[in-house]
Amino acid sequence: MCDQTFVAITFGPCDSCSQNKPLMNIYLQNEPVNYCSLCVELMACQGLAKGETVSTLRAESENLKAKLEEERAKLHDVELHQVAEKVETLGQFVIKTRRTLKGHGNKVLCMDWCRDKRRMVSSSQVIMRSAAVCVLQEHAVTMPCTWVMACAYAPSGCVIACGGLDNKCSVYPLSLDKNENLAAKKKSVAMHTNYLSACSFTNSDMQLLTSSGDGTCALWDVESGQLLQSFHGHSADVLSLDLAPSETGNTFVSGGCDKKANVWDMRSGQNIQSFETHESDINSVKYYPSGDAFATGSDDATCRLYDLRADREVAIYSKESIIFGASSVDFSLSGRLLFAGYNDYNINVWDVLKGTRVAILFGHENRVSTVRVSPDGTAFCSGSWDNTLDFNPV
Amino acid sequence: MERVIVSMQDPDMGMKMRNQRLLITVIPHAMTGRDIVDWLIQKYTITEEEALHIGNFLVKYGYIYPLKEPRNLCLKQDETPYRFQTPYYWTSTRWPASELDYAIYLAKKNIRKQGELIEYEKECYNALHKRINHTWDFVVMQAREQLRASKQRRKADRIVLECQEQAYWLINRPPVRQIRLYRLVQSDRRATVVQSDVMLYMWCLPLKNKLCMFVWVCSFVKYCEQYQDHDPIMQGCLPSNPWITDDIMYWNMNSETVTMPTKLRVERWSFSFMELLNDPLGRKELLTYLEKEFSAENLCFWQACEEVRHGEASKIAAKVDEVYKQFLAPGASRWVNIDSKTMEKTLEGIKHPHRFVLDDAQMHIYFLMKKDSYPRYLKSELYKNLLAKAIVPQETKKSVFPFMRRQRHSSPSPALVTQTAEDNGKAKPSAAKANAGTASQI
Repeated sequence: MCDQTFVAITFGPCDSCSQNKPLMNIYLQNEPVNYCSLCVELMACQGLAKGETVSTLRAESENLKAKLEEERAKLHDVELHQVAEKVETLGQFVIKTRRTLKGHGNKVLCMDWCRDKRRMVSSSQVIMRSAAVCVLQEHAVTMPCTWVMACAYAPSGCVIACGGLDNKCSVYPLSLDKNENLAAKKKSVAMHTNYLSACSFTNSDMQLLTSSGDGTCALWDVESGQLLQSFHGHSADVLSLDLAPSETGNTFVSGGCDKKANVWDMRSGQNIQSFETHESDINSVKYYPSGDAFATGSDDATCRLYDLRADREVAIYSKESIIFGASSVDFSLSGRLLFAGYNDYNINVWDVLKGTRVAILFGHENRVSTVRVSPDGTAFCSGSWDNTLDFNPV
Repeated sequence: MERVIVSMQDPDMGMKMRNQRLLITVIPHAMTGRDIVDWLIQKYTITEEEALHIGNFLVKYGYIYPLKEPRNLCLKQDETPYRFQTPYYWTSTRWPASELDYAIYLAKKNIRKQGELIEYEKECYNALHKRINHTWDFVVMQAREQLRASKQRRKADRIVLECQEQAYWLINRPPVRQIRLYRLVQSDRRATVVQSDVMLYMWCLPLKNKLCMFVWVCSFVKYCEQYQDHDPIMQGCLPSNPWITDDIMYWNMNSETVTMPTKLRVERWSFSFMELLNDPLGRKELLTYLEKEFSAENLCFWQACEEVRHGEASKIAAKVDEVYKQFLAPGASRWVNIDSKTMEKTLEGIKHPHRFVLDDAQMHIYFLMKKDSYPRYLKSELYKNLLAKAIVPQETKKSVFPFMRRQRHSSPSPALVTQTAEDNGKAKPSAAKANAGTASQI
């Protein structure tokens, strides 16, 4: 038997703040008391020297950053590709372009799939189009601004959101009447002070999450256009965001020009985690299907995988022969493959576990601006500055 | 791991322990390494190597500690004595091992016997002294008090406690960041930018989670393997990939309202509770099962909470009120079983309804379903029958005349579906007819 005699109360109401927390047994004036760790720290810090300036604090912050990296490096024992050595290597992939949509007259900037797996919306410099894929284009809407950089399909499939240099995100209801002027029904939802870089509906049609060049992300109520929550923490433009596929569904990740990828809690607006290992702007972030990790594509020509529980980068996907930045990344359904579109007109397909490149896709004649896998994983679509959208199943 | 430890300590079936002599004093309730290995072999009928492996883990995680050479954390299969660590110090109790505690521990050691601190401990001690200098008085005072209190105990107990504490600290070297936050919070309020930077560093991994890294990294491999068969790009899909053959049979078979789902789809429900809930057909099946178990109100409550969370802001108050009347009010028709504290908090919050007021209750019910109803559903006859009857589609034969293109039909727009449900009923049979005309065998 191990000693049970001196077991102290380990959990319960703290004597000073009366909250239920893990307790520490300390002595105050020779009396044993139970305080939670927060109260202990606060008490111990009383009577400390004041008068620290911003510069000293900043120096401390730099110090801590360095220490943090040191600590993280110590955990660098286990690498993903080492563990994945036992996994079967993937055979050579033959991916062919099956269909090309040529409806856009300008560079394709963004696209999104509908949850019915066959429709998508794509946006370009002037026009936003929604198309059912077995048939070609269904609707086209002319936008009032020049660059439409973000577009998203609502979960119900009835509504589309898009925005760009007009600093706004507008919502359009889709209707059946092809002749109806959709632009007339538009509704402005989000207002930023700089361009809109990405938008996404949360689990319903009623809430919209946007990221902007003004360095903030924001959560809006579609019905009233009200700002529900704003997220501050990036020190430069935020270029992309992605919602976590988790059970509680409360977090999202954003990547920006300050080389940081931040994970946020939607409810409180807090920045939960931050990752800063890229050497240049992060163009695109995407969650791994299980929600435990996310991948980023950046102008430093690498894509990286970050694990949220381990709080560090676990894999880098790069090759010496790739010198152009990655503009867009997406995972296949099982998370084994990472599709990344680059500015050198190619799409590289990476084996997520092993870190090796599985295939290259040529076929575009200009930068690949967006790559998206369909919701059921049957195909992926790539949009490019050569004005086309390519569909590629295997 | 804890189950093993607890069963080891069971008075009848557990380890045989006897008093060991360590230096001069007698340490009660100790056991030898050999005994541990033998007991593991006998209880779990495993090989010696495996037992040694498991035993090593128990020691490395701190559940058992060696008495003779405390710094050597491994299990030796001989007469070396070991003891169980008290549950107070178990890693699972998640007692935050802060700098302050470590400082107090080192100070105690220093006071008790000068020169007892070994090399790295001395370094830590000096570093801590510099870092948390402002609280040093507190640290020393606490150390003295604890020593004084322990002097009042019996010698054997004192030695035991010392051993336990020492073992604990050997496993856990604390993170070095927590105390920083409070310093800054109290000092300069103007330095908000720097503060928010520092706040991030609070969320760091304690070093003791080093061993968990391996588990996390392995989880990716496991996930990929589990979903490999379901990934159409990797394995192809049956009957055929609609993008390649223009045959939308695959989409039709997996649509939301199909009567008999495919086998892969039903299998996927067993991967996680979230998969089951995300699939509308899965949710319906779960509801049917829960109705048999008379706990369907749980799922309905969860769904109602989701609607509140994601619905229109203007309707929140009304929806919350409805939820209260249906699920939470005493004597409600579909009363859900939530623990009293959460219920109290929720009822209090309902007086000022906002989007997240039902979150705690929803979370409680979600985990209740996940831990209880979900595993039972997977073992139930309902699920097993469905799995047995589920379709495994045959691969469609490639058409003989490759130049004959199938007609491409536009799928019914979701906007159409919501506007006129009747039209939807008409559209589907016509699409099915069109496909039946083409040569595909199921």
